[in-house]
Amino acid sequence: MSFHPNEIARRARIASWALVGIFVLLISAFFKTQVVNYAKYSQQSETNRLREVPLPAPRGIIYDRNNQVIAENVPGYTVSILASSSDSLRAALTRLSAIIPLPAEQIDLAVRRYLRARNRPTAILSDASFDVVSVLEERRIDFPGLIIQSAPKRYYPDGAAVASFVGYVGEVTESELTMPRYQGYKTGQQVGKNGLEREYESRLRGREGVRFVEVDALGRVVREAGARDEVPAQAADPLYTNIDLPLQRFTAQIFGDSLQGGAIAIDPKTGGVLALYSAPSYNPNSFIGGIPPELWKSLNSDPRRPLFNKVTQGRYPPGSTWKLATAAIALERGLVTLDDHMPTPCTGGYQFGNRYFRCWDPKGHGSLTLAGAIEKSCDVYFYQLGLKIGLSSLVGGGIKLGARDKTGIDLPDESRPTFPYADAVNYYNRKYGPRGWSQAVLLNLSIGQGENSQTVVNMARFYTALATDGSAAKPEIVKDKPQRAQILQLAPDQLAGLRAALAGVITHGTAGSAAIQGVVLAGKTGTAQNAQDPLHHHAWFVGFAPAGDPKIVVAVMLEFGGHGTRAARIASKIIESYLKVAPTTFINTEG
Amino acid sequence: MRRVVVDYPLVICALLLSVYGVAMVYSAGQTDVPTVATHAWTAQIRWVILSIGLAYGVSRASVRFFEWSALPIYIVTCLLLLGLLKFGGGAGDAASSKSWLVIAGHRLGQPAELAKVAVILMLARELGARREAPRSLLELWKPAVVVGIPWILIMLQPDLGSGMVFIGIFFAMLFWSGVPLPLLILIASPAVSLVLAFNTSLWGAWFLALLALVLWYRPYMWEGVTLMLANVFMGVLAPILWERLAPYQRHRLQVFLDPSIDPRNSGWHVIQSQVAIGSGGWIGKGFLNGTQKRLAFLPEQHTDFIFAVVGEELGLLGVTIALSLFLFLVLRAVRTASNANDSFGSLVAFGLAASWLVHVSVNVGMTLNLMPITGIPLPFFSYGGSFMLACWLSIGIMMRISSEGRGGRVGELAI
Repeated sequence: MSFHPNEIARRARIASWALVGIFVLLISAFFKTQVVNYAKYSQQSETNRLREVPLPAPRGIIYDRNNQVIAENVPGYTVSILASSSDSLRAALTRLSAIIPLPAEQIDLAVRRYLRARNRPTAILSDASFDVVSVLEERRIDFPGLIIQSAPKRYYPDGAAVASFVGYVGEVTESELTMPRYQGYKTGQQVGKNGLEREYESRLRGREGVRFVEVDALGRVVREAGARDEVPAQAADPLYTNIDLPLQRFTAQIFGDSLQGGAIAIDPKTGGVLALYSAPSYNPNSFIGGIPPELWKSLNSDPRRPLFNKVTQGRYPPGSTWKLATAAIALERGLVTLDDHMPTPCTGGYQFGNRYFRCWDPKGHGSLTLAGAIEKSCDVYFYQLGLKIGLSSLVGGGIKLGARDKTGIDLPDESRPTFPYADAVNYYNRKYGPRGWSQAVLLNLSIGQGENSQTVVNMARFYTALATDGSAAKPEIVKDKPQRAQILQLAPDQLAGLRAALAGVITHGTAGSAAIQGVVLAGKTGTAQNAQDPLHHHAWFVGFAPAGDPKIVVAVMLEFGGHGTRAARIASKIIESYLKVAPTTFINTEG
Repeated sequence: MRRVVVDYPLVICALLLSVYGVAMVYSAGQTDVPTVATHAWTAQIRWVILSIGLAYGVSRASVRFFEWSALPIYIVTCLLLLGLLKFGGGAGDAASSKSWLVIAGHRLGQPAELAKVAVILMLARELGARREAPRSLLELWKPAVVVGIPWILIMLQPDLGSGMVFIGIFFAMLFWSGVPLPLLILIASPAVSLVLAFNTSLWGAWFLALLALVLWYRPYMWEGVTLMLANVFMGVLAPILWERLAPYQRHRLQVFLDPSIDPRNSGWHVIQSQVAIGSGGWIGKGFLNGTQKRLAFLPEQHTDFIFAVVGEELGLLGVTIALSLFLFLVLRAVRTASNANDSFGSLVAFGLAASWLVHVSVNVGMTLNLMPITGIPLPFFSYGGSFMLACWLSIGIMMRISSEGRGGRVGELAI
């Protein structure tokens, strides 16, 4: 080698500078990683080691009008697992299934859940019993990713009695998560699925908290607490409703197990819903923590449709309860007064063109005033009154009364009633063809049959107008500012007359059996034919009490319930229960 | 016998690095997850003490003795490496390789570590014996054979990392012996072609640049032609060689180019290492407190990736201190090489410096994905007996060369 000192010094210089260069390069690479990109890597390191365990927020308590609890939260436990891969999750669950019953479908479901949110604990049991929890706590060491979390659990003390309006909660589904309504929700969270729980989800939800557990590279929980400060869950504010819980219970009780239909009681002055019940009902508590598939199947396949709300979703021909609408439309237009007779007295039927339209009573009612016709529910009188009003006025008047509108009750999925639209001629032309119908439709419409199907709640709303100054109250379950709409332009004496006629129905009309001693009950029965089962009519009653100063409007509808008097009897009991008037024996006059 | 005058800065620097290293091995064992590294630090302390004893012993031998023993050591080492191919054992994720000397089920050490020192001594003997530095390819055949035999044996294990160290040592010592830089570039060119062959346009540019260099430097005609042909040949050979690589090596190279292709497995190491270092920030998460290390996100945290623990727990500050110590050590070695009073010692010192530099830069670069993962340890830090012994053996040799050299305040006192 060339070993001259000058050359050595030159090479040493080159080597030293190269060395310094390499080290500067290395240090600047570290500077870039540790200082410039610090935030990115720091966050990545936190994501690596911390897993968020959601702390479910207690849902808002739902109270009735007297602060009695309708829906509350009780202590419960959820069991979930933090896993690093779907294989390790499956392995852990298979081992777990030796300790607690865990069917194969549930394991598959858990794996699917895991794949949707890998960094969140995968829920295994959303409502674990204390026994299961204590067994798991003992074996905890065998399941390093196991997380047992106390979680408030929804409970409805009155169960099936309140399900019709309160609904139930359940885990948010995959398809719901894609909806804008559930933006910000995460897999495994509980959401209102029906009734108030769903309608007021945003108010009842509360704010989920989070605690952090530390996991190692294999996803095993290393530290349960103290890895980072937890964010406590915030309970939601309670929801105060207009429901009268004793009345609700009573309503549920008189429907019993056999009757099928719906009832609603409204305070006509405020629109506050005092009771709302759809029979048969279901136990909302059985939905909590996941409804067993067999139960869900049987609820859905039950021909009596327990999950279908017969008060807000069912549409039924209103039958004679609609005659008050026909009467009000005629009075509003000054076509009749309450004392006017129709040209043709009732002889059990009415000849119109080449068709004979029967009155419900083949014996006939003779010549009646409007008030008398309401009392006796005389079809012949109302056929003629309908003809006098004319098709477009009758339809237009009905629309003004809200026959095509949802009531806006604060429950999800309310049905829109069916009724012809304002251009009635066009409506019938389109429905039956220009030659397919005649003015006979008018006769049917005027007695609440034909192209008219109303929800129970909408009929109750209409009667709140009759019970007050002609303004209908928007039915409200949750306490809110009352909203009214003037749907009847009638003089106070005309309204009083209609109420008196309705009271007459109870005292000596078709609903005689529903009379309440000491309190005058005003209301109208309806026996509506329906296409599904011509032999079994739907039984209606819509009324209010006391007739002089109504405090409660009740609408009752019994599917295939026969004559309206059966509904009237139930309505009368509901009113009795509410007004606290001693029950009386019913005078069973004519059917 | 002359008294050894200790090169205190060198020894103190090596001691500091060893203490720092033991501390990090200790920290690497402090995890929330059971790990093999838990008690590694006690063994490491024993190795350090043993190694310092070895270094002291070696420093008592003269440079002449090193020169005399170069050939026997070299031959024994080559025989050991040859034997490994038949009887060697693997470790870690390179279990299929044969880098460990295993006797009766006991892993005794990695002869490759000894081979590095042996090659440096032998190469120094070869190059130091010449009056003039090699000026043509033909003259380089002897040094090439000296490095080539153990290199091939090691690449057959296969141990890519040690192979890289050999290449580094070879070029550094040629440079130090006075081989002109253009010739070094020409020698290295086929290897560069091998790498660039995967991108035709890059390879084309390289080839043109090389042609310009050949025309400017004007080596012998046959040399220039041979080199250019070698480059073409390598370009063609590259894909074939690629196929011949062991799957894990091929995978490591691919993951080096893009760690995200395999974020859960091979890429995992380097991604987690970067996260660990990056999350350390200026001053780190505190000694023993690295979460990446503690929760087993960091692979091989007491061996190959120990520097990531430094970065995570002690931050840029700890990294800078460690790298500064290394820089000082290597600069000191270069100084020793400059001041050595004969060419053999000078070349040995420079070769050792090069070996350290390659270890440090490749290992540290690997933690930041600047270098492919080759399983190369970090001197004085990575846990491992034979490597610690080899490091301090180098220090011992260096001490001796330094004390015999001009700047070493050579004492004339006999003991």
